[in-house]
Amino acid sequence: MNRFLLPLGLFALLVVLLAVGLRRAPEKGVIESPLIGKPAPQFTLPDLFDGTRRVQSGDFAGRWHLFNVWGTWCAECRAEHETLLAIQKGGVVPVVGLNWKDDDAQALAWLAQLGNPYAAVAADRDGRVAVDWGVYGAPESFLIAPDGRVVRKQVGALTREIWERDFLPLVTRAAPGG
Amino acid sequence: MIPELGHFALILALLLSGLQAVFGIAGASLARERWMATVQPAVAGQFVMLAAAMGTLIAAFVTHDFSVKYVAENSNTALPLFYRIAALWGAHEGSLLLWIFILSVWTVAVALASGGLPRPFVARVLGVLGFVSFGFLLFTLATSNPFARLVPAAPDGRDLNPLLQDFALALHPPLLYTGYVGFAIAFAFACAAMLEGRVDQSWARWARPWTASAWAFLTIGISLGSWWAYYELGWGGFWFWDPVENASFMPWLVGAALLHSLAVTDKRGLFKSWTLLLAILAFSLSLLGTFLVRSGVLVSVHSFAADPARGIFILGFLITVIGGALALYAWRAPALGSQAGFELGARESFLLFNNILLVIAAAVVFGGTMAPLVSDALGLGTLSVGPPYFEPTFLLPMLPLLALLAVGIHANWKRGRLGASRRRWLGAGVLALVLAIAVSFGFYGSPGWLTLTGFALGIWILLSSLVEPINRLRRGLMLPRAVLGMTVAHAGLAVFVIGVTAVQSYSQERDVGLKPGEAVTLDRYEFRFGGVQPVEGPNYDGVRGQVTVTRDGHALVELTPEKRRYWVQRQVMTEASIDAGVRRDLFAALGEDLGANTWSIRVQVRPLIRFVWLGAYLMALGGFLAATDRRYRTARARVAEDTRAGAPTQTEVAASQA
Repeated sequence: MNRFLLPLGLFALLVVLLAVGLRRAPEKGVIESPLIGKPAPQFTLPDLFDGTRRVQSGDFAGRWHLFNVWGTWCAECRAEHETLLAIQKGGVVPVVGLNWKDDDAQALAWLAQLGNPYAAVAADRDGRVAVDWGVYGAPESFLIAPDGRVVRKQVGALTREIWERDFLPLVTRAAPGG
Repeated sequence: MIPELGHFALILALLLSGLQAVFGIAGASLARERWMATVQPAVAGQFVMLAAAMGTLIAAFVTHDFSVKYVAENSNTALPLFYRIAALWGAHEGSLLLWIFILSVWTVAVALASGGLPRPFVARVLGVLGFVSFGFLLFTLATSNPFARLVPAAPDGRDLNPLLQDFALALHPPLLYTGYVGFAIAFAFACAAMLEGRVDQSWARWARPWTASAWAFLTIGISLGSWWAYYELGWGGFWFWDPVENASFMPWLVGAALLHSLAVTDKRGLFKSWTLLLAILAFSLSLLGTFLVRSGVLVSVHSFAADPARGIFILGFLITVIGGALALYAWRAPALGSQAGFELGARESFLLFNNILLVIAAAVVFGGTMAPLVSDALGLGTLSVGPPYFEPTFLLPMLPLLALLAVGIHANWKRGRLGASRRRWLGAGVLALVLAIAVSFGFYGSPGWLTLTGFALGIWILLSSLVEPINRLRRGLMLPRAVLGMTVAHAGLAVFVIGVTAVQSYSQERDVGLKPGEAVTLDRYEFRFGGVQPVEGPNYDGVRGQVTVTRDGHALVELTPEKRRYWVQRQVMTEASIDAGVRRDLFAALGEDLGANTWSIRVQVRPLIRFVWLGAYLMALGGFLAATDRRYRTARARVAEDTRAGAPTQTEVAASQA
């Protein structure tokens, strides 16, 4: 094999990638997380709003909630923020935030500026908890059932459409009236 | 009627660029003198047509011709004249036109300066450039015509995006594009050399000044963008690793590698195939950057697909240009051997490592930038990769690169006797470490390892880069522009490293809610909030806050951060107020009205942040100085003499045979 063909081969790969991206763009994919159907990982982290207090995985046990991984360095998260605010306004499930590898001051400024959709925000400054959750990019969101199991995962920004189509039915179907 | 003339000029430019491509490349291959003779007039004609198209579009902006869709979408009667002109490159269609126009300017410059080069070679270079121009013009005319009409005409325009209504950002795209497009010249030289099948040292020498100036323009373009982000976005940093920034940074890194590799090929005839590959890569990344950013693929895959025709055209063009060049490379490069060898400690080794590390750094950026696209292509959803990935990963190739630079400056060509220069680089290194410790403890306070490393490397490079020119001057020798340029650029890099280290290590910031009369203290600076007042501009209104800064009780400066609301686009913009200083910047930005007369305010103290941009400008200056070295001009003259001297010999031979 001619080593001078290598750049051309790599470029061909890139082209395939771009072509697939072009074709797939309209449909948004969902990754099946190995966590689906399993209990959500446990954590105890400082509260973003008050460093002396803690946010724990048990705080929302017994209720449906949405676990959302975000950071101020993440452009997609800014796009997603509107949706999160709408979910909070909808009042069906509380949103628990995991502020991932972020600066507390910047995160607080972000929430002050854009509005706060979160019932609680855990500050995961070194990113350990995110590793437990298998997070490899922000934003990611997990829907957690009252029994503490992960029911649904979204990699990338949630949109209102995705929320209403893929997430909300799971909650309303499982728990009529609640 | 006038916009249609612009449209027509674009069509003529397309035809001329086609002529330029066909007659340039085919004429040289078939050795048809007449075909080659049409190339230069085609270049000139294309330039005139593109200048006319630019002029027409500018006229439409200046006269508020809202019957032109592009003008209606990006301008407004309240928009000041300067921004009406800058609005030309405020969106996709106009940016493409600007890109093509700048390519045409570069092409004219090459045509004018190439008098001494072999004729078929020039024809091929101009042919390749014509081909690139043809592709862009076809793309513009087929999918992104800036002269498209709006029927019925809009009564008023939608205004230029307020983010772009800024002096630095108005100048940012032209400079950035000048850099991007400038790499097309090195690309065309490389392709021409490969088409000719004669890749010797001369093409590297010819490509050097063009590459150096393109790289210098790109440096200025990037740093203007970074400066703008610093004061306009109100986040207070100078680099955010966002896809748009990365798209310009990748060609910069590869361009820097190319500059160094060209030097080796020129001086020693080594790395020939590698240099060719870098020349292709630098321009390919520029193309990819322009397209990805402009089509919004990286920011959101949706906009890429919003117009399927655009996406498919882009892909086809990338395949033709980049794929074609790489295929040419796969065909020609295997025949290129280098006979000359060099020792491990020689300058060649250091430049080889420089190249490898710069390319790794570019790959790191590429990986992070493309990850969202990969994830989306595989159906994993969209995600952002941010500073948590880029910052630590980017340092991996960068730290060794800086250390090797500090040592490598002292190395000689061919012979690896680092021992001989040990006193210099080791001495400079020890001195740098001592100074780094002194600076961090003396001015700032206990440093971490990374801080100390950063300062030490910066100072080491600064001292090292000055050794050679000082020696030359002491011995009463001339300082050629090339050496001067190299020194200035390396010193600029050192200044940049020192600046980045200080900013990353010792910046302080607070976000607080303040009532008028309340204050917040940061470091030794006290920021006292004096309340807000209404302000009104030509196309916006808003409030201006007043923040008085004192240090140890002495009044220093009054900061006036603003929050503006632009009328047409109903967009709220934060206008930070900054007191710039050599040693530190004081920064205040106005946040939200928290009610009860309280405003959220962000204050920052950023030490040495000016060094970041000063360093970048020095690097650019170095590039320009090196590009104007006399050697390149005399080299050209010598080639001309050779050709002239060579011609009679052949005739003589023919005559004697006859």
